[in-house]
Amino acid sequence: MSASTPPLSGPPKPQAKALNCPKCGAAIVLRSFGQAETVVCASCHCILDAKDPNLAILQQFEIKTSDIKPLIPLGTRGKLRGTDYEVIGFQRRSTQVDGITYRWHEYVLFNPYKGIRYLSEYNGHWNDISICKMLPMSEGASANYLGEIYKHFQTCDASTDFVLGEFPWQVRVGKHAGVADFVNPPRILSSEKMANEVTWSIGEYMYGREIWEAFKLPGAPPEAMGVYENQPSPVTTNVTGMWVAFAAFAMLLLALMAGFDMRAKKEPVLHETFHWERAKVAGETSLVTDVFELKGRPSTVEVKTWAPVSNEWIYLNYALINQDTGQAWDFGREVSYYSGYDSDGSWSEGSRNDSVVIPSVPSGHYYFRIEPEVDPAVPAIAYSVAVTRDVPVFGIYGIAFLALLVPVVIISFRAYTFERSRWSESDHPPMQFSSSSGDDE
Amino acid sequence: MTQPVANCPNCGAKIVFRWSSSVQTVCEFCKSILVRTDVDLKKVGQVADLPPDSSPIQINTEGKYGNKAFVVVGRILYEYDQGGWNEWHVMMNDGTSAWLSDAQSEYALSLSSKAQNLPAAALVHVGQEFTWNNQPYTVSVITPAHYRGVEGELPFQYWDKTDVTFVDLRSESRKLATLDYSDPEPALYLGEFVEFDDLKLRNLRSFEGW
Repeated sequence: MSASTPPLSGPPKPQAKALNCPKCGAAIVLRSFGQAETVVCASCHCILDAKDPNLAILQQFEIKTSDIKPLIPLGTRGKLRGTDYEVIGFQRRSTQVDGITYRWHEYVLFNPYKGIRYLSEYNGHWNDISICKMLPMSEGASANYLGEIYKHFQTCDASTDFVLGEFPWQVRVGKHAGVADFVNPPRILSSEKMANEVTWSIGEYMYGREIWEAFKLPGAPPEAMGVYENQPSPVTTNVTGMWVAFAAFAMLLLALMAGFDMRAKKEPVLHETFHWERAKVAGETSLVTDVFELKGRPSTVEVKTWAPVSNEWIYLNYALINQDTGQAWDFGREVSYYSGYDSDGSWSEGSRNDSVVIPSVPSGHYYFRIEPEVDPAVPAIAYSVAVTRDVPVFGIYGIAFLALLVPVVIISFRAYTFERSRWSESDHPPMQFSSSSGDDE
Repeated sequence: MTQPVANCPNCGAKIVFRWSSSVQTVCEFCKSILVRTDVDLKKVGQVADLPPDSSPIQINTEGKYGNKAFVVVGRILYEYDQGGWNEWHVMMNDGTSAWLSDAQSEYALSLSSKAQNLPAAALVHVGQEFTWNNQPYTVSVITPAHYRGVEGELPFQYWDKTDVTFVDLRSESRKLATLDYSDPEPALYLGEFVEFDDLKLRNLRSFEGW
């Protein structure tokens, strides 16, 4: 460029300025290289004009308690979203709702290149906040910012109780602002109205441990109490999506069931009726059926028992025996049916039909040995046994269905209760459990 | 590129114009405000030392806007009751001039734009809507500002100002507009908010401790 001109000394490198409080003489450091409008003396709590070389006193405020201490001390540097920031200011604000005072804290963060951003803290819940560059659109009970919908959470009157350090605006204790919060967890959109000016800011929820990590603070962050406005739900699953997936899976199960049902041969292999009379049976009570053949691949065998019992029972000891190998499957089935009338009306219990499925029986020649035990009240009874090969088994589908349904229901319930706690603190609390509403989903 | 060269009529130092269309510059040595005439430079005023400011940008800072490279050649410094801001005059590598405003590290890049029937300052109020180039804008704030000083090259004469009214308009997107009432005829600037990182700035100032 202008090679012949002597090099300019240039303006001096900006440095953090050290000054003294005009009121009490305490040292005051200006950390923001002139971006601050006001600075607060830490020892006498004068609000001073940071633009004035003599730091004119703008306001002096009384503090009743001396234990208001920023959790992140002024001057602390930390890395937030990849950028170094220094804490230069701190204020406590409060609002009254139904006679209860709610207090929260705001920290002013500074980087000479990236400018100012803010942290807010309420009961251990943190937000990383910056001023909106774009204008959000208010749409009644919601606001639209960058194409995302934020639901109105609450509107309150916030007043400043306590200030410390530097602020890029004219801060005063006792100043009020109308604050409206709109949420789309983990983000929060807030408008702050002071006099004629409306400032919109956008925040993102942060956990105490993230703040502690960013600013390398000693100890542990205060535990977060309750659910905060824009706190992300611990249920990270998209509940609607989960139900859609569940429905798809249920359809798949149904399709599988239908497929297996169609594929099953359902081949009847035996149907016999037996007449039992107490008078005729002596010592020998067991009987054997005809021999039948199971063909093809190992398959299920369904044994259906029918007995015309009425307030009686019959118990059959079955043994399915392979004639060729002698392999046996022993099992017992009870058929009982009771019915009657009582003060509640008619009732019944049990069934005249019983069914059981033996899984995976290899091919071969088989017969049943049956040993009936009969209700002493029954003198004689005819019961029938029907055997079918290769029947579909649906129980496993029911188990699969339940195995999927249970977590889906639990997750949905957890998501629901979390959203309930969130919105119960808002201007739009959800209705009581008895009358559910769509307000909180 | 040949750069127009002249000498300061006040102190004789060499004045190099980085931008051939510059109308005004400030001598880096004696802080004389110099205006180009057809033949030479005329001293029209003197800048007092600018107050220390916090902008990381300085004359000769280079950056990128979209696919265009730019260099900062001048600035106007304003103050208002909530602080100050800089309008950095930048020269694009295609020869156009633009303004990079830096208000407490909020950056926007604007270009001078032509529009019919710009409203008089007295007739503008917050919340009012305007549409320019098919883009609706809403008046967000009206700022009575105070001219504080100039530095480097500017595309027009700008030195004998005192109070200036600015009307800032925002949109639902990054786009913004500014109405500048420095002169009897209002001037319109259309631009957009830009991210510091996207500007890929070089030759920035350094800050002690950062």
